[in-house]
Amino acid sequence: MTAIALNDVRKSFGRTEIIRGVTLNIPKGERHAIIGPNGAGKTTLFNLISGRFPISGGSITVNGQSTADLAPQEINRLGLSRSFQITSIFPRMSVFENIRCGLLWSQGYRYSFWHLLGRQKGLTEAAEALLEKLNLTARRNLLAGLLSYAEQRALEIGITIAGGADIILLDEPTAGMSHSETDYAVDLIRKVSEGKTLLMVEHDMGVVFGLADRVTVLVYGEVIASDAPAAIRGNAAVREAYLGTDQH
Amino acid sequence: MEVFIVSLLNGLVYGMLLFMLASGLTLILSMMGVLNFAHASAYMLGAYFAYTISLYVGFWPALIIAPILCGFVGAAIEMWGLRRVHRNGHIAELLFTFGLALIIEKGVQMGWGLLPVPYRVPALLDFPLFSIYGTNFPAYRAFMLLISGMMFGAIWLGLTRTRIGLVIQAALTHPEMVGALGHNVPRIFTLVFAAGTALAGLAGVIGGNYQVTEPAMAFTMGPIVFVVVVFGGLGSLTGCFIASILMGLIQTFAVVFDVSLADLLAKIGFIVTAKTPLAEVLTVTLPRIGALLPFLMMVLILVFRPRGLMGTRDT
Amino acid sequence: MSFVRRNWLWLLAAVILLAVPFLFYDWTKGRHSGFALTLLSEIGVMAIFALSFNMLMGQAGLLSFGHAVLFGLGSYCTAHAINAVKAGTFWMPIELVPLVGGLGGLVFGYLLGWLATKQRATAFAMITMGLGELVSAAALMFMAFFGGEGGISIDRVMGTSLFGISYATPWQVYCLVLIWAFIAASLMKLQTETPLGRIANATRDNFERAQFVGYDPRIVRLMQFTLSGFFAGIAGGLYVMIYEIVTFDTLGAAKSANALLAAYIGGAGGFFGPILGTIVVVLLQSGVSLISSAWLLYVGVLFIVMVMFAPVGLIGLIGMHTPIRRIGRLGELVVPYLRAFPAALSVMLGFVLMVELASNITIGAAQGKKFAIAGMLINTGSPVIWGIGLLGLIGGGFWLRIEARRFRRRWDALIEDAKRQGVVV
Repeated sequence: MTAIALNDVRKSFGRTEIIRGVTLNIPKGERHAIIGPNGAGKTTLFNLISGRFPISGGSITVNGQSTADLAPQEINRLGLSRSFQITSIFPRMSVFENIRCGLLWSQGYRYSFWHLLGRQKGLTEAAEALLEKLNLTARRNLLAGLLSYAEQRALEIGITIAGGADIILLDEPTAGMSHSETDYAVDLIRKVSEGKTLLMVEHDMGVVFGLADRVTVLVYGEVIASDAPAAIRGNAAVREAYLGTDQH
Repeated sequence: MEVFIVSLLNGLVYGMLLFMLASGLTLILSMMGVLNFAHASAYMLGAYFAYTISLYVGFWPALIIAPILCGFVGAAIEMWGLRRVHRNGHIAELLFTFGLALIIEKGVQMGWGLLPVPYRVPALLDFPLFSIYGTNFPAYRAFMLLISGMMFGAIWLGLTRTRIGLVIQAALTHPEMVGALGHNVPRIFTLVFAAGTALAGLAGVIGGNYQVTEPAMAFTMGPIVFVVVVFGGLGSLTGCFIASILMGLIQTFAVVFDVSLADLLAKIGFIVTAKTPLAEVLTVTLPRIGALLPFLMMVLILVFRPRGLMGTRDT
Repeated sequence: MSFVRRNWLWLLAAVILLAVPFLFYDWTKGRHSGFALTLLSEIGVMAIFALSFNMLMGQAGLLSFGHAVLFGLGSYCTAHAINAVKAGTFWMPIELVPLVGGLGGLVFGYLLGWLATKQRATAFAMITMGLGELVSAAALMFMAFFGGEGGISIDRVMGTSLFGISYATPWQVYCLVLIWAFIAASLMKLQTETPLGRIANATRDNFERAQFVGYDPRIVRLMQFTLSGFFAGIAGGLYVMIYEIVTFDTLGAAKSANALLAAYIGGAGGFFGPILGTIVVVLLQSGVSLISSAWLLYVGVLFIVMVMFAPVGLIGLIGMHTPIRRIGRLGELVVPYLRAFPAALSVMLGFVLMVELASNITIGAAQGKKFAIAGMLINTGSPVIWGIGLLGLIGGGFWLRIEARRFRRRWDALIEDAKRQGVVV
């Protein structure tokens, strides 16, 4: 089964074509990394898959359904969830409430104004279990905007997976982290993506080769290689186009 | 026909007046993201300053001094007020200018009284310039056209021929880029805000005696200027110009034709009586709708086409 | 017992609010003060209105400049309902009449909200402003529903009470207002703790994030707007009951601005802020307006000062003391506060004096008013009195700066201490 299928996907901003015909199939349960030099269109590709921008050509299916004309929240409800390159959380709400907001839709509360959240035992327990998993229990009642950078990144991963989506998109989850923080984040990602499809953009090759089952190399809006990490490392075209000029 | 030509001229005069106000607001809103409620207050201050100054030294010096005073007021507001509030976001800035507009209105009431002040057209220009089909066209309106036309030229030259003008142009469409280019953003903001306020003040100087100089003039003019800015679109002075002229024409013509839908229906043989469904809607005359039209346009544009006529991005 | 412990604040407020009118009770005649009761009722109504406004601004980050439209339409619906009941068209207990206003607010909230909530932030603010102007202009066009300039008058003595109360006296109306105010306020408080209430916070903080957890921000905004219209309508319904008339200015921009001023001065961040702000604004409006025509100027200045120096509002300022109270050192602020007080008072009095002098020269004199302080007639043109005002304002300003600096040092030290003790992070 395919989780995400891109077929000749194109995207132009004005006259500039940023994504130039990307075809990619990501089977269910795979941990997939997208790498490529700056400006290759990795984040744009994420924005297309998650419905933040409409595509200019081609087609995208998520869990077998076409995402054409779907709003981000509708794509989310197909079982796809994402994080952002620039940390995106709810800064003026507590850490606990951030996680709970991530859970609400999937637990069927929708736009309810007749349930009192304080009385929803199952919801509270689920949020607390996730906080424990993220190692954020001690920060439970702090405003999310006051967390440290690494904690905010962890919180965002928490919000992303809270809804129980089976496809997780992470945009540079370890960007700007120290070594120990990165190691912790990799562990966390491995833990939370267990049994799920993971698609991530990442610059840190240690993270990529440590986590990914398969790696796709995107250069100037085109896929130049898509293979197992070991094969990518040995791929001459990749070396020339990417690793050779932008060694990490 | 004569009604048409006179109304066209009047509409043009009013439209140019609107543009003097709206151009500054477009600059401020597009660059700084501040929906400046106090902009029309500067218009009012311009009129009142000009009135007081002209009592002592006459109209002509007031034409220069009052806008400059307004410019200083604008610079002060930007440097000591807005900049402080800026870190709390756009809504806080908007609220700040809203409070300011409130205070300025009350301040004007305290300073000059609740009643309109007798701010009159200078004697030198108080004669009919020409008359078309028996309707006089006052020389002062031609003078207004001249001043606003000169201002239009000055803005255009300033934006296209000077270095700072080019930076401002860039900032209109890509406000986030200006800082990255290493320009002194706070100083540009202060300059634009002061210039916009001075321009609004100038509009007040020449508009105050054309209309009525009274404490409520800011609150009647303010929303109309907003409409023009939204209609023209963010980041586009050309759009702003077209919208100003259109709005001037619409408002002038709406006053001229005293008809209602019921009158039109009567022409095709359908008589509206008090018993007809929606009789109240059908008998509303065009001048009364004309007063509503700007707001209707604002709502519809923002809901269905938020980038306006020629905007580069959504409002 | 646990109910009392959990809701002690509400119960305390209820007791105080029932007791306050008796401070103004005329024991010789055995009568309540009509003025005090009307003022208190007005505070109750405007508090509901400001809270409903804050459902948009504080909770959902939506700044409305036309919120009074929903308030006013609620008023008109209620007025028509009361007249229909009087005419015998249908029967309805008078206690439930404000609900008609609520339903009117709900329906119009949905209709107008459908337009307004297509946008957010500045565009939303402008749409609501346009809608406000449109509806108040329409009020003068459609005589049948709005009654033109004269408005719609009612007689609240309907004789359909469930409890046999006539509602002929202001005291009875005040009690009805109080009950509805408590119902509305507690419902709004509960609403903040529902999924919709929380997601409204989320869309305020980061609407895009809210989309990527499955929510459509537009629907969140629309539902929040509609619900807030319901409560604004209830406030409007009660308003008719108090004054027995509704005119087109209940829909107008000034009324909308009142809610904004109250919510912001009180503090939009906390739930109770708007109530505090309403008390301040209504007291200034009804109290100060008796002796000065400049009340709106004072409200405006207060508003600007809050926007510039204390965007958290009065409730936020009070809340800032919590960590210092927790470490038990609140007492150490008493002296700095007392020292700053006369300086602040001097600035305020200087400012008020100058405003009043100016207002008397331009407005008061035209109405033939004399300017007197404590019975002493004062020549408003005298440079001495202006000098006193100026000295109070500027001299007091410098004095306040010095005291404020001293206060700040003390404050920072205490907060630092609270941090060390782990009370704040």
